[in-house]
Amino acid sequence: MSKLSEALQSGKFVVTGEIGPPKGVAIQEMLESAELLKGKVVAANVTDQQSAVMRLGSLAACHLLKEKGLEPVFQMTCRDRNRIAIQSDLLSAYALGIENVLCLTGDYVTLGDHPQAKPVFDLDSVSLLEAAVQLQQGKDLAEKELQGSPRFFLGATVTPGASPLEPQIIKMEKKVKAGAQFFQTQAVYEPEKFEEFMQAVKYLDVPVMAGIILLKSAGMARFMNKNVAGVHVPDSLIEEMEKAEKKGEKSIEIAARLIRELKGFCHGVHIMALGWEKKVPPVLDAAGL
Amino acid sequence: MIISEQKPFEEILGFLEGEEKVFIVGCELCATLCQTGGEEQVKEMEAKLEEAGKTVTGWIILNPACHILEAKRGFREKKEAVNSADSLLVMTCGTGVQSAMEASNKLVHPALNTVFLGAIKRFGQYEERCSLCGECLLDIMGGICPITRCSKGLLNGPCGGSQDGKCEVDPSIPCAWQSIIERLTKLGQLDRLEKIVAPKKWKDSLIAGLPVRR
Repeated sequence: MSKLSEALQSGKFVVTGEIGPPKGVAIQEMLESAELLKGKVVAANVTDQQSAVMRLGSLAACHLLKEKGLEPVFQMTCRDRNRIAIQSDLLSAYALGIENVLCLTGDYVTLGDHPQAKPVFDLDSVSLLEAAVQLQQGKDLAEKELQGSPRFFLGATVTPGASPLEPQIIKMEKKVKAGAQFFQTQAVYEPEKFEEFMQAVKYLDVPVMAGIILLKSAGMARFMNKNVAGVHVPDSLIEEMEKAEKKGEKSIEIAARLIRELKGFCHGVHIMALGWEKKVPPVLDAAGL
Repeated sequence: MIISEQKPFEEILGFLEGEEKVFIVGCELCATLCQTGGEEQVKEMEAKLEEAGKTVTGWIILNPACHILEAKRGFREKKEAVNSADSLLVMTCGTGVQSAMEASNKLVHPALNTVFLGAIKRFGQYEERCSLCGECLLDIMGGICPITRCSKGLLNGPCGGSQDGKCEVDPSIPCAWQSIIERLTKLGQLDRLEKIVAPKKWKDSLIAGLPVRR
């Protein structure tokens, strides 16, 4: 059974991290980040061509992480592969001992560095979850029997800061129906709004981990406000970052504060350090985890 | 309506390199409506080509170009002009170009790029609404097609990139799923979205470029 699954079931407050593979095959830095997170987080997500930027694959990187003793969460999008390749990659993941799978639709092609690539989206996050569940039950999407069925711990995402919020909740309900067993959210910076969101989805009775993105600068916060759907960094935090002399320390302080404020109404946090993995342990310390 | 755009004139001249005489074909339907291959545009092209040193042996506006028998009839009427030309410059959608080829057996050059199946919002403003997917599900989508109007073609949307009713790909694109939800809510049919929509049957769809449909 996956450690992540066990931890969420136990009712403990769970922490996951995230690792972005390199654009190339120089994996040393990635492995160093893994070492920093090992023992501090229950598992670490590996992104899948995040923002449609071509990188080393999540499947290979998850395997490398697992070899290093860090439990991976295999992020899988629907942008680049059809149903045949997706089902195959799910089987491959299981064969490599990877159990946690985060099922995503995926950022559109034009957001990345290969804007002329043909977008696939043969499946979406909901049908991807269904496909994984079907494989677990010993059949593929063509209703053919499998020689050996995989077993996954399936996750999905949701954007608590989406405006409007109702469509996200409709979609979240579908994801749960399709088989999502846990959720990691897009970055949260407003605890009150997040609490409202958690109240609204309480009826779905599924573990939710709040997303935390470490702020690197006021500029980064403004950039996200402008460009990343559903992420809203309030002016007060932007001001704090601007006024801070030591951005790194302020970043840790803000993240820890957010975690303390969110802790009461979610099952864990998912920390996206975006290259600042060194800061994750001090954030956890400061948050009292 | 099939929406087309004119290719850059330099590209067309490139096609005609080494050729002297050309016969121009336009279309009375879509190409006329979107002003890329109607009589006015054909005459403009004639003038440009002559200025560039080509000889235009004649022209015809077919009604429509994609009707192969109609094209044959039209070319018969202008037999000499068509025969004496080195090639046909066809200012119509891709189907019209191929129909002209089949009807004349001559060398054909496309003057347009065929871009999408569009609705006319107002004069000169077109919007893609249908992808010819062959499996219309507008009934459960409140009359708004997500395959065409959602950038990702999602059957179970929206995605996490939907912000204030706009698409993450381009803020000028409305989020189709936002529109679908609003419309179904208005109709009191939001429960139609409860059912998970199964992955598309691409084999039965034209847009995936699979077996030619007849």
